[in-house]
Amino acid sequence: MPDSLLDLTAHALARKIETGEVSVREAAGIANARVGEVESEVNAFVTTTPELALERATAVDSKNGDRRLWEGVPLAVKDVLSTRGVRTTCGSKILENFEPLYDASALLNFGEDLVMVGKTNCDEFAMGSSTENSAYGPARNPWDLSRVPGGSSGGSAAAVAAGESWWALGTDTGGSVRQPAALCGIVGLKPTYGRVSRHGLIAFASSLDVVGPMTRDVRDAALLLQAIAGHDPRDSTSANVEVPDYLADLEDGVEGLRVGVVPELMGEGIEPGVREVVESAARNLESVGAEVGEASLPHSGYGLPAYYIIAPAEVSSNLARFDAVRYGLRVPADGVHDMYRKTREEGFGDEAKRRIMLGTYALSSGYYDAYYAQAQKVRTRIAEDFRAAFSRHDVLLSPTAPTVAFRIGEKVDDPLAMYANDICAVPANLAGIPAISVPGGLSEGLPVGVQLMGDHFTEPLLLRAARATEQVTDFRFQMKP
Amino acid sequence: MISEEQVRHVANLARLGLTDDEIVKMGTQLDAILDSIEKIQELDLTDVPPTANPLDLSNVLRPDEPRPELPQEDALSPAPERVDDLFAVPRID
Repeated sequence: MPDSLLDLTAHALARKIETGEVSVREAAGIANARVGEVESEVNAFVTTTPELALERATAVDSKNGDRRLWEGVPLAVKDVLSTRGVRTTCGSKILENFEPLYDASALLNFGEDLVMVGKTNCDEFAMGSSTENSAYGPARNPWDLSRVPGGSSGGSAAAVAAGESWWALGTDTGGSVRQPAALCGIVGLKPTYGRVSRHGLIAFASSLDVVGPMTRDVRDAALLLQAIAGHDPRDSTSANVEVPDYLADLEDGVEGLRVGVVPELMGEGIEPGVREVVESAARNLESVGAEVGEASLPHSGYGLPAYYIIAPAEVSSNLARFDAVRYGLRVPADGVHDMYRKTREEGFGDEAKRRIMLGTYALSSGYYDAYYAQAQKVRTRIAEDFRAAFSRHDVLLSPTAPTVAFRIGEKVDDPLAMYANDICAVPANLAGIPAISVPGGLSEGLPVGVQLMGDHFTEPLLLRAARATEQVTDFRFQMKP
Repeated sequence: MISEEQVRHVANLARLGLTDDEIVKMGTQLDAILDSIEKIQELDLTDVPPTANPLDLSNVLRPDEPRPELPQEDALSPAPERVDDLFAVPRID
């Protein structure tokens, strides 16, 4: 029996733990064994924590009766989320030996004894779409080990797809939960901006970053969102909005639900195989009672350029904290300025340097209005587009990513080709709305994600639509390799 | 076109060391990226308000009450170098 536990969804495992059929320690042992079996091929983790997982599992087992449903299911945590006493690198050399003093607030509902199998690989400071920008080597797509798992939460996606964890947390600034979920055949949810605390999330672009679940199915995503959502006085941008029961209406179906397919995200640059999967999902939703129409987002073509100003501008400011004074790498030098320059030269990888440069340029005297201020106004236009669309539709439908998983090395020297992979994902970040990627089928034998977007704080509705979407497709979670 | 001198200026603003080769490569890549970003200039957005935060929050305050925070010893523990209760740095030039 033990091995078949690997095939369960997280909520099914949680139920077995709740009834005492399976112990948390047993579950942690199974996850550890699977990590040992496939990790040398997948490289989903920067740091694995097998002993810690067992130790804390024992503690959770002893809490019998007094624990929440999600607590016993081992979790993989993206390496940009602070974990008390467990090194947190952000995929960067500059934090190679950094051990946070506290857990990120998003983890606190797992209690003191978060059963964690490890810290997952990611693009450096979550900047990238392939996990190739990690100082700890690229993670690999379990569906085809010569391909990328997407990024930046590629390690989290690969860990779930490879069965190294039942579920994982990622972060999404411009698609970093949804795009890797799409490329690895799993579910990825980017909640409404502010729905989950950012305290202890090492910041990339503060006005866009959000923590999100990466799971085997939509029900698992709802359960994991339940565990991480909520207001946090330590994050002034977290929303003081009541957390609803995300599981309550999940199975209520889409009868009468108004679904708008976004034509601007279905055309140029979208692979035909990807488009077909999305069109087929729309037809299938219609067949179970949804009212499917078109929902135009006229400014969505400006999303990517606006994003690639705002995100680098914010990161150039956020990464200024890596000054070799309070934590992280220090390269010795005679003077303090040389110390800054040498430390940052050695500690940051190519993409981090590129974005710091781009952002510093966009914010520098004489360029601020043309770039950053203009991009913030584009952001307003994109939010207005969504408002108009949501006055006529309940959810919007598009591809999550324009392509299936590409080959490792294929785009690494062409930043623009890499950035283009985020084209369908960034509008939701700019507007701060929730969006979810659900596997819709295969193209060229590789998974394709269907993206659903909803209005601010409509996660219950969005999850319900996503649940129906996964149920009308032929795709079911498959553990690879 | 962004000049080599501009690249050096921006690298200095960012306190980022770059080799001569990296300066050249960075200039080419920034040019290509800036070119693609130019697209947003075609929109007339004169009277459009900017969005800094998607939820439109402003001036979020907490009660002004003292509360325990990170102890000094903990805060100093990850420092690359310290002297007594202080972060130590090389000469400030």
